[in-house]
Amino acid sequence: MVTDEVGQGGTTAGGPGSSAGQQGRTGQNLVQLITPAGERVSHPEYDPWVQDMSDEQLCSLYEDLVVTRRIDTEATALQRQGELGLWPPMLGQEASQIGSARALRDDDFVFPTYRDNGVAYCRGVKLTDILRVWRGNASAGWDPYTVNLGTPQIIIGSQTLHATGYAMGIQNDGADSAAIAYLGDGATSQGDVNEAMVFAASFQVPVVFFCQNNHWAISEPVRLQSHVQIADRPLGFGIPSMRVDGNDVLAVMAATRVALDRARRGGGPTFIEAVTYRMGPHTTADDPTRYRDANELEDWAQKDPIRRVKALLERKGLLTPELETAVQQKADAVARDMRTGCTTMPDPEPLDVFKHVYSTPHSWLDRQQDHYSRYLDSFGDPAGAASEEGARR
Amino acid sequence: MTQLTFARAINSGLRRSLENDAKVVLMGEDIGTLGGVFRVTDGLQKDFGKHRVIDTPLAESGIVGTAVGLAYRGYRPVVEIQFDGFVYPAFDQIVCQVAKMHYRTKGAVKMPITIRIPFGGGIGSPEFHSESPEAYFAHTPGLRVISPSSPQDAHTMIQQAIACDDPVLFFEPKRRYHDKGDVDESLDPGAALSFEKARVVADGRDVTLVAYGPLVKTARDVALAAADEGMSVEVIDLRSLAPVDFATVEASVRKTGRLVIAHEAVQSGGLGAEIAASITERCFYYLESAPVRVTGFDVPYPYSKLEMHHLPGLDRILDGVDRALGRPNSLSGLEG
Repeated sequence: MVTDEVGQGGTTAGGPGSSAGQQGRTGQNLVQLITPAGERVSHPEYDPWVQDMSDEQLCSLYEDLVVTRRIDTEATALQRQGELGLWPPMLGQEASQIGSARALRDDDFVFPTYRDNGVAYCRGVKLTDILRVWRGNASAGWDPYTVNLGTPQIIIGSQTLHATGYAMGIQNDGADSAAIAYLGDGATSQGDVNEAMVFAASFQVPVVFFCQNNHWAISEPVRLQSHVQIADRPLGFGIPSMRVDGNDVLAVMAATRVALDRARRGGGPTFIEAVTYRMGPHTTADDPTRYRDANELEDWAQKDPIRRVKALLERKGLLTPELETAVQQKADAVARDMRTGCTTMPDPEPLDVFKHVYSTPHSWLDRQQDHYSRYLDSFGDPAGAASEEGARR
Repeated sequence: MTQLTFARAINSGLRRSLENDAKVVLMGEDIGTLGGVFRVTDGLQKDFGKHRVIDTPLAESGIVGTAVGLAYRGYRPVVEIQFDGFVYPAFDQIVCQVAKMHYRTKGAVKMPITIRIPFGGGIGSPEFHSESPEAYFAHTPGLRVISPSSPQDAHTMIQQAIACDDPVLFFEPKRRYHDKGDVDESLDPGAALSFEKARVVADGRDVTLVAYGPLVKTARDVALAAADEGMSVEVIDLRSLAPVDFATVEASVRKTGRLVIAHEAVQSGGLGAEIAASITERCFYYLESAPVRVTGFDVPYPYSKLEMHHLPGLDRILDGVDRALGRPNSLSGLEG
């Protein structure tokens, strides 16, 4: 049995009311507002942060969760059908992504990883744009400034420094927005993440480190990354942290709001460990049966983030046939749009390979482009000229 | 015109950039209160404040990575890497993020970051304080790599680098920091020779000698010494290492028919190889002899009592000139 449940019991070191530098004991309690059975449990410290979550808001969160899962399912299917080269499933992590992203303001700036496509959906990225990278049509699917969302980072942990630097800029500008970096449990071993925490703490900048501990870095279990709970690591840097049930959309939202509020008020950085589970493979190219136990998957299936919200809605009498139909229709429409957008996406032009390397002309590259252009022109069919078999034979 | 040291000329250029653009911020280790270990940023934090001239924690990847975030936010960070050999912890951020962000985002996110690196040897330092890592960066698409050789160029080119929307690696020849020269501080960097252009610093007929950074001074001395022996050496200060201004080098080689390239960096896979290959491709039939490289050896930078054997000095470069001209030289009689 693989688990990260070390040193349970202790204080919520970075919860409401705590401040930077106030270190808690190791081993924080998991903050939970909705149990896996769908029971809303009260928490005096965190309840106030989700007081505004009306019945209507709960239904809307439910819709986002279902749609996000549908995006994931559809993208996985598109990959299996050869329409995408690769896809990194977020199955099981929907509550972590939706709960945190829905806590953000438009003027906050997000630095995501490649797996945070639920966050991208919440920020308003077009569905087709989410797929561009995975179809091989672009290295990034959207203009970061239109949605205040950076491009999906592939170098593990790199983006935590970018978020910290961006937050230094926010601080210099005297703005009250925040930067948030998404990262995984594996990333906390990277030097860049540790350096980001040093910089963030030293300069007390408005940044939130949102770590989805999904228990696996491809085949490596979280215990290989850290001998203590992930949420204990930032404490050594003087950064307050919270450890929340990452499959509980309300708990995640509450914790993210606590962190953002601290950032906006000049209280500096916060680290959130959202304890969740990667129910799928690392990517569609991965086979998790080679390294993990089916029983573990079964245990986590019982803690499913969507099922518990559905059960909560049912308890509250909100899960009407109308709601279910509306949510289903929305998910179907999203899936349809994705598929159409994906399969009708125009291929890039051959000479696009040279574009945007520099913002101003560059003598070496201009010459290479000129020569390659002449080469292509020497063929009747430029596509054939670049095929592996060649076009001359 | 003012007489300034190389280091002071950069300081003056940084000051002008800080004055002219509120988005310019300086970041690095010891650059604030101390003014930098070479005093290049002396007095700037006092005059512009701790939010414009930032003493950072001691973490090079952190410095460059946060500069990326600042650039995302619309700033123009100027990063100091304290010594050439300390740039490697930041290599990932420079190569994977700084260099590629513009391409990745199809031009939406610009990275107008200047990374200043004191480089090169000749100052009697221990390991990691005398390296010439420029080829790593010249080999990386998305980066521009430049190196000034005189106080005037240092003053102008640092301002041009900061104003450039592309990331620029700015290699400062540290053994020339104390050299003095005339600097026109009122020169408009926008009207001055672009940092992409090479400059012919000595006219000649018989052989083209290409150098950059610390070896430009040596190359000029070579030309003087060669003249005494009846050889006319044209010296080109490359200034830009990526891209190299091949048009200027090519025009010179078409005239002289012979090419010698000198750099402190190790030979194999270095800029000399790139220049020799490119010039051979471009004007093979104008060459009277094979291009000659005079460079550091393919060794880790040696301890200081050996460094003058590693660094191409006047006589070694002169020997290379002899080889290019087919005059008696140290390798006479050797085949290949």
